[in-house]
Amino acid sequence: MKPSIKQPTSSIRHRPSIQHRASSIAALLFLFGMLATPTKALDTSLHGFVDARAGARTQDDPTQDQMSLGEVRLQLDSLTYFDAAELQVRADVLYDGLQDDLGKIDLDRGTGFIDLRELNLLFTPIDSADVKVGRQILTWGTGDLLFINDLFPKDWNSFLLGRDEEYLKAPSDAVYASWFPTLGSFDFAYMPKFDSDRYIDGTRLSYWSPMPPPGGITGQEFTADERDDWFKDHEISARFYRPVLSWEGALYYYNGFWKSPMGMNLATGDAYFPRLNVYGASANGAIGSALGNIEIGYYDSTQESDATHFIPNDEFRFLMGYEREVAKNLTAGAQYYLEWMMDYNDYQQDYNAIGGSAATARDEARHVLSLRLTQMLMNQNLMLSLFTFYSPSDNDAYFRPIVTYKVNDDWMVTANGNFFIGKDDHTFFGQMKKNSNINLGVRYSF
Amino acid sequence: MKKLITVLAAVAIASSVYAEMSVDEIVKKANEASYYAGNDGSAEVEMKIIDKSGSSRTREFTLLRMNVEGGNQKFYVYFKKPADLYKQVFLVWKETAEGKDDSRWMWLPALNLKRSIAPGDKRTSFVGSDFVYEDVSGRNLKEDKHELIETTDTQYVIKNTPVDPGSVEFSYYTVKIDKDTFLPRHAEYFDKNGKHYRTVEATKVETIQGYPTVTESVVSDLNTGGSTVNTFKNIKYDIGLKENIFTERFLRRPPREVTR
Repeated sequence: MKPSIKQPTSSIRHRPSIQHRASSIAALLFLFGMLATPTKALDTSLHGFVDARAGARTQDDPTQDQMSLGEVRLQLDSLTYFDAAELQVRADVLYDGLQDDLGKIDLDRGTGFIDLRELNLLFTPIDSADVKVGRQILTWGTGDLLFINDLFPKDWNSFLLGRDEEYLKAPSDAVYASWFPTLGSFDFAYMPKFDSDRYIDGTRLSYWSPMPPPGGITGQEFTADERDDWFKDHEISARFYRPVLSWEGALYYYNGFWKSPMGMNLATGDAYFPRLNVYGASANGAIGSALGNIEIGYYDSTQESDATHFIPNDEFRFLMGYEREVAKNLTAGAQYYLEWMMDYNDYQQDYNAIGGSAATARDEARHVLSLRLTQMLMNQNLMLSLFTFYSPSDNDAYFRPIVTYKVNDDWMVTANGNFFIGKDDHTFFGQMKKNSNINLGVRYSF
Repeated sequence: MKKLITVLAAVAIASSVYAEMSVDEIVKKANEASYYAGNDGSAEVEMKIIDKSGSSRTREFTLLRMNVEGGNQKFYVYFKKPADLYKQVFLVWKETAEGKDDSRWMWLPALNLKRSIAPGDKRTSFVGSDFVYEDVSGRNLKEDKHELIETTDTQYVIKNTPVDPGSVEFSYYTVKIDKDTFLPRHAEYFDKNGKHYRTVEATKVETIQGYPTVTESVVSDLNTGGSTVNTFKNIKYDIGLKENIFTERFLRRPPREVTR
């Protein structure tokens, strides 16, 4: 979980850049060109689904619509084999009743009537390596909905509004190379242009802002300063993994930016993405009849706050998890997660300097416990799931119940809720309390 | 006369082989016939899950299997149907050594996520069918005590009692094994009260590349009234699979052998 906390606000609204639109249109033309290619003699497949969802807030928020979701989407998923490569295209065409301007397509932010999930070419240049170039969904790390070394973009809006869990992962535009020598496996992802999270920006979800002091929950929309210089605002993610005894061990490296706009330019009042390096490691495997995992990461926020910039401090992050079947068809997964801020005194001074009060400052250490319970019933056609996050240090919690029923091989209905409680308004989950929502969905897959 | 003696001798030897074959040898040969034919193999599987009202759901997947050292095996299951399971992969590294558990993973393509399955869940339903995970890759022989309770003209009847009764939902199960092929043909599972509640049958057997092979099997759950029919097609043995297919690399990019 990493919706940005205390994102500084900006009064500047999103202005779609011409460059953005042009690249979106080029990508779309390419997509339709690919889909329109004659299928004669092509080794290709086409699948997908239609998914309709509606949701409502369970409390009033004068700055937001009472409806939290109201959309129908068609996902088309095609895989085509050529002699030396595979082409993957997966795109959503959607009608979203809550979006102002569906014609304004922004493939990075996922707004407009097209959400391009994947458009990539995979090939094997040498026997022990694979390369995937283009838009793709990337994931690694050992946590369950808690991420330390997975710094690929997340779509927090989709997740918290109750779209299917697959939409938590936003796409990356990347060159992804994997090399498999005998000593282990290397993955290297290069994103020539920074792919930020689809962060909480007030459009659909309210958040807590320290501005103006003393701060409060607001639905004011803002757009962070974009990092969109190709080959300059780039990101590198790397992983090495191999078996260690009977577990799997991994080392990680990231060079890029905070994925949500955690920095603030005090001169302009704009939120932005400060530089970030992350060094991490993980291990996961079986403990008796259960599964265990442990992951650490050091967030090296390479720039420091100064008179004109407010920048997050370094953090040490830690995660451990344990999962097992506790009764027939009932699985429980528990996790402990820690964010421990370095140089806390400096943070207090910096926060004070921008007008923040001690009452709303972050704690030096944020502890989170999570529990996932999953019950499968009726030959696994009915799934009841409850994911709970609870932070004893922030005194807040997030409950995420989901009921899914597979009516038959084609139809599925689902209901889910996202409920937030918190003693204070400024904490991680507490700031979401006006966003609590319930929703219903139906899906036809083909 | 000489010929008759030879025949008699042959019969005597044959029957003494049957007579002397220990229960452990029978069970071992049955296990080999069921799960180890060839060095590797592939099959297209259609799984029809029928509930007591007669309505059915269908799963289709490609199965790859490879024998590796020490009796261990690797399995790769690539789902084609239904659409909500499309492109998901179930991967098993089966371990036969004492005290070692199988490793099992699911690959969820929409999330680009490899999810481990806890070793304790092996008696859980496999993708909603009446088969359990353990039926797919085979139950470790060391987990049961085996007794030969009957020998008919054509079959051995073996009673299998779990070494650790707390680890499974049955108290014992009996298996009828064909003498000629050593394929298990009919298994009945009994619950803790001694009630017969589950049947697994090999309903069709064909010889493929010289290996007697089950081409249709049925599981019936007598408690729910449901059943699952597995039909195996396009079965091939000794296809020369590489072991690296059974790794994360090929979860991320399923090989042509399974997607075709």
